[in-house]
Amino acid sequence: MTEAPHPAATASPLSKFAAAVVAAAMVAAVFYFSFHQITYRWNWQAVLNYRSLLFWGWLMTLSISSASLFLSTLTGVIFALARRSEILPLRYFGHIYVELVRGTPLVVQILIFFYVVADAFHVGNRYLVGVLILSFFSGAYISEIVRAGIESISQSQLESAKAIGLTRAQTYRYVIFPQAIRLSLPPLVGQFVSLIKDSSLLSIIAVNEFTQAARDINSITYSTLESYIPLAIGYLILTLPISLWTRLLEKRLRFET
Amino acid sequence: MKLKISNVSKRFDAHQALDSVSLTLEETHSLVLIGPSGGGKTTLLRILAGLEIPESGSVEFNGEAIPFQEPALLRYRRTVGVVFQSFNLFPHLTALENIMLPLEKVHGHQRARARDAALQLLGRFQLDAHADKKPAALSGGQRQRVAIARAVAIKPRVVLFDEPTSALDPEMTAEVLDMIERLREEGTDLILVTHEMGFARLAADRVAFLSQGRILEFGETKSVFDAPRTEECKRFLGTVLKY
Repeated sequence: MTEAPHPAATASPLSKFAAAVVAAAMVAAVFYFSFHQITYRWNWQAVLNYRSLLFWGWLMTLSISSASLFLSTLTGVIFALARRSEILPLRYFGHIYVELVRGTPLVVQILIFFYVVADAFHVGNRYLVGVLILSFFSGAYISEIVRAGIESISQSQLESAKAIGLTRAQTYRYVIFPQAIRLSLPPLVGQFVSLIKDSSLLSIIAVNEFTQAARDINSITYSTLESYIPLAIGYLILTLPISLWTRLLEKRLRFET
Repeated sequence: MKLKISNVSKRFDAHQALDSVSLTLEETHSLVLIGPSGGGKTTLLRILAGLEIPESGSVEFNGEAIPFQEPALLRYRRTVGVVFQSFNLFPHLTALENIMLPLEKVHGHQRARARDAALQLLGRFQLDAHADKKPAALSGGQRQRVAIARAVAIKPRVVLFDEPTSALDPEMTAEVLDMIERLREEGTDLILVTHEMGFARLAADRVAFLSQGRILEFGETKSVFDAPRTEECKRFLGTVLKY
């Protein structure tokens, strides 16, 4: 029943650590070589003067992303259920939503939402609108991920659930979701990471987030690399914990099928 | 148990799975359904389990009609135990949790009480060592035994078995049949679809032979096996008992 473990999984902690060091050194070597080749006059001081701008931008990205992460997951689950609903209009509505959102650029959605929809509904707060747009956008992808997770649960399990007398809601709660979540985790992480980076597009409706801060500093100081390298690090600080956390969660939820 | 099936028909698209089936049982502890594949045994069992709704006809179990509409049908399903051919257990739950789930969530037992009851059952069937294993870590026979334990844990009025051993090798088949036989001896009412003719002969009080959606023979086990009246049943028994 159990598969043979991958050879890498059986390696000792020490050899794993050594391998990690080697891999990191390889990455470092490539970067070191590349940066060494260019003749660039580093001017970190100019950027350092504007560090608070970067910090507040980073905090803004963190807040917007956290709120959107939560809201888009909720949206995703609701639409995944809608697409499995027995009520046809609901099902088609979910279908149209997913196709429209996935098929059009986020920039266009931001513009239409901010200047047309939000305006019509008198939502003036651009940060709130930003969170709503991102959640709406990411929710479409998440609903497909969740739907795939739900549909991977075999018919025979649903039969068993029915036979022992679980209601539909109980079947979702105790049988489908616990398994679907585990299966959906890896693609969900990818989606969450994309969401964090996509939040940078909100700068077009003048949301002062992280990327916008770097852009501003660049245009003031003309120190392009010094403005953007912290940006990369700042995004990694947001995305790496998500990857690591889900890796842990995956391990905890692991079971053979 | 008492069972009264009257003119039950069920059709799947073009396939007439059951064609006006009727059967009356009085004070019987075990009924075994035999017959060729596609003959309607499983469909009949699924109707008795409340998992399938017939187009016409009625079924009375111990004098009560099975209500063929939700949510009354859900309440009915909660009073019977069902064991399928395979994949009964939920793969993300341990053997113990699989048995506890219906006790706790469907029948409203306190968690501690559900746990005690489940552990006691596992012990009774020599499965205690496997309580904390997930189904993937169990053998096919152990999985089916846990599934049977889950089915009887709720103290059902009848346990329905749908070919519980047909996905197992002979050794595992024996351990599962031993468990079913023990339940029968202890007085559990059961209805069983099986291809294990030796076991049918041993365990059945009554046997029904289904073919092409009809019950062609029904009666005491000995008389059906030793003196089948219809050509179909003779041919079927001749084939399955040949080796």
